[in-house]
Amino acid sequence: MRPFTIHEGLVAPLDRANVDTDAIIPKQFLKSIKRSGFGPNAFDEWRYLDLGEPGRDNSKRPLNPDFVLNQPRYSGASILLTRDNFGCGSSREHAPWALEDFGFRALIGTSFADIFYNNCFKNGLLPITLPAEAIQSLFDLVTAVPGSTLKIDLAAQTVARPDGVALHFDVDPFRKECLLNGWDDIGLTLRHAELIKEFEARRRIEQPWLFA
Amino acid sequence: MAQTLYEKLWNSHVVRTEADGTALLYIDRHLVHEVTSPQAFEGLKLAGRKPWRISSIVATADHNTPTDHWEQGIQDPVSRQQVETLDANIREVGALAYFPFRDPRQGIVHVIGPENGATLPGMTVVCGDSHTSTHGAFACLAHGIGTSEVEHVLATQCLLQKKSKTLLIRVEGQLGRGVSAKDVALAIIGRIGTAGGTGYAIEFGGSAIRSLSMEGRMTLCNMAIEAGARAGMVAVDQTTIDYLKNRSFSPRGEIWDRAVAYWRTLVSDPEARFDAVIDFDAARIEPQITWGTSPEMVAAVGDAVPAPEDFADPVKRDGVARALQYMGLSPRTPLKSIKVDKVFIGSCTNSRIEDLRIAAAVVRGRHKADNVKAVLVVPGSGLVKQQAEAEGLDKIFRAAGFEWRQPGCSMCLAMNADRLEPGERCASTSNRNFEGRQGAGGRTHLVSPAMAAAAAIAGHFADVRELA
Ligand code: SF4
Repeated sequence: MRPFTIHEGLVAPLDRANVDTDAIIPKQFLKSIKRSGFGPNAFDEWRYLDLGEPGRDNSKRPLNPDFVLNQPRYSGASILLTRDNFGCGSSREHAPWALEDFGFRALIGTSFADIFYNNCFKNGLLPITLPAEAIQSLFDLVTAVPGSTLKIDLAAQTVARPDGVALHFDVDPFRKECLLNGWDDIGLTLRHAELIKEFEARRRIEQPWLFA
Repeated sequence: MAQTLYEKLWNSHVVRTEADGTALLYIDRHLVHEVTSPQAFEGLKLAGRKPWRISSIVATADHNTPTDHWEQGIQDPVSRQQVETLDANIREVGALAYFPFRDPRQGIVHVIGPENGATLPGMTVVCGDSHTSTHGAFACLAHGIGTSEVEHVLATQCLLQKKSKTLLIRVEGQLGRGVSAKDVALAIIGRIGTAGGTGYAIEFGGSAIRSLSMEGRMTLCNMAIEAGARAGMVAVDQTTIDYLKNRSFSPRGEIWDRAVAYWRTLVSDPEARFDAVIDFDAARIEPQITWGTSPEMVAAVGDAVPAPEDFADPVKRDGVARALQYMGLSPRTPLKSIKVDKVFIGSCTNSRIEDLRIAAAVVRGRHKADNVKAVLVVPGSGLVKQQAEAEGLDKIFRAAGFEWRQPGCSMCLAMNADRLEPGERCASTSNRNFEGRQGAGGRTHLVSPAMAAAAAIAGHFADVRELA
């Protein structure tokens, strides 16, 4: 996994609550057996005027000019600003894969759905939760000033605005450590293989029906 | 110290805990389907790792499989490749059980686990699928995981988890005639919102929950995820134990007795404290219909579509306006006047035998309305289908002009050929009404099986209680 330390980038505002994973990556693209290549189909139904299918050349498809990520001022954005309950719905990890492949490194919103939140950390994508007033102030900033960027410092747990104001955010220490270092969870867990074996052996005796 | 059911399940699975409380939880049952597993199996192989405990795995193909013309196989080459990839992975790795495409026991992953006794009380159950919460009906700690976590569980038999807060949703009293677990689920989501349960594990309790069948409890726990909670659960009682007796993977003989003695402890202690408690009066829950593009956009059958200005919060107001536009509905339209083009009875929410019995009881001796283009009845599994046919339910549906299909996820998410065309409106017993969920441009209204059947007969939404 790619480590996340400090990231500064252009911010795109997606001013909707309850953005679900079906919207982030529609189901027809879940038929892929790969982990990559989902970026061109991120937000497919909002982004294009026609219907996307796997295997189509997305560069030839008509773009929806009204969709915020299609506006030239947000081209190259790497931070997505959003509202409440982002990533609700299906557990598909294809959603963070698509966002990451699109070029996002961080998401900032008032809340994220649990499974999606978890999935982001496994893919080097940092979801940041801030209070509603702070989110509103960022929406105001980003829409008022073209080219607005934010600087995210994971170690310091801050989001710095161009005017120097730094907003503090919370993150679990364990998740933070893994993301800062780009650690592979499985490798970490397997260091405790002996403990797992002991636990399992005890369970086998106490609840043998689980091991039929 | 007094413990909630969630705390008992949690504590009995902790292998170790990090300083910040992140725990390594042991996983008893790993359910696998074709959509969220290929990248996990590939990752495992690339890293040269072996699966930790093959006998924890129960797998099936459900999302991509067609629901008719099984003799022709899977026509869509991309879907076929995904299903064949699962076949190959299981062949290579192994499993306790695999119910591939066209197997008599194939079906939706959340239907086959419980009906085969592969979901047992006290287990941790995971699957790369958000509706894994369904299995909580058996007092399991059950939740959906992402593909990286699927790989993690394959490789280590464990999952890294942060403990959730606990929420007790208590539903007391008796449900009215024509009101089922689906209406309870929708009414709860309507009140607490789709983010209302975020960060919580929900326990459903109260007399109305205790009087639900296991099928009803599964419907309710299934939609815990739509309420924002990763896990929903119901305590063990006699109903749970009776359901599990003699299922294929249920324990037998002396081990059964030992298991039952343990399962009976899987209830919240009377003195246990929850972080939050919300009460509902069962008698006041009416048949529900969603009118928007989020499960929280829901109302009782006698109500009308709201107007954006009914909502004070500007973000909500925008969301409602956008939803009404997508749904092609004007404010103040009575829900009962809305015509439907298609009806879908199926999905891991409502495709079990009890759901089909309820729908058939409404349909018996009637015929679908002419304006309804198609009614799909898709049993949740091969075993459900067999049982329904043994009871003659298929004949009732067919006589009414409904289509009786093969098991699978079908039009719940429209990854196979079953889907809505742009603009089509559907009464659906599934769990999500997101934009495009049942096909790009399709409009989904979530309802119970009884209400779906009533809509099919009337041609528009109808109050099943008024259908004499
Ligand atoms: S029936 Fe629908 S919700 Fe359930 S597992 Fe299948 S696609 Fe997911």
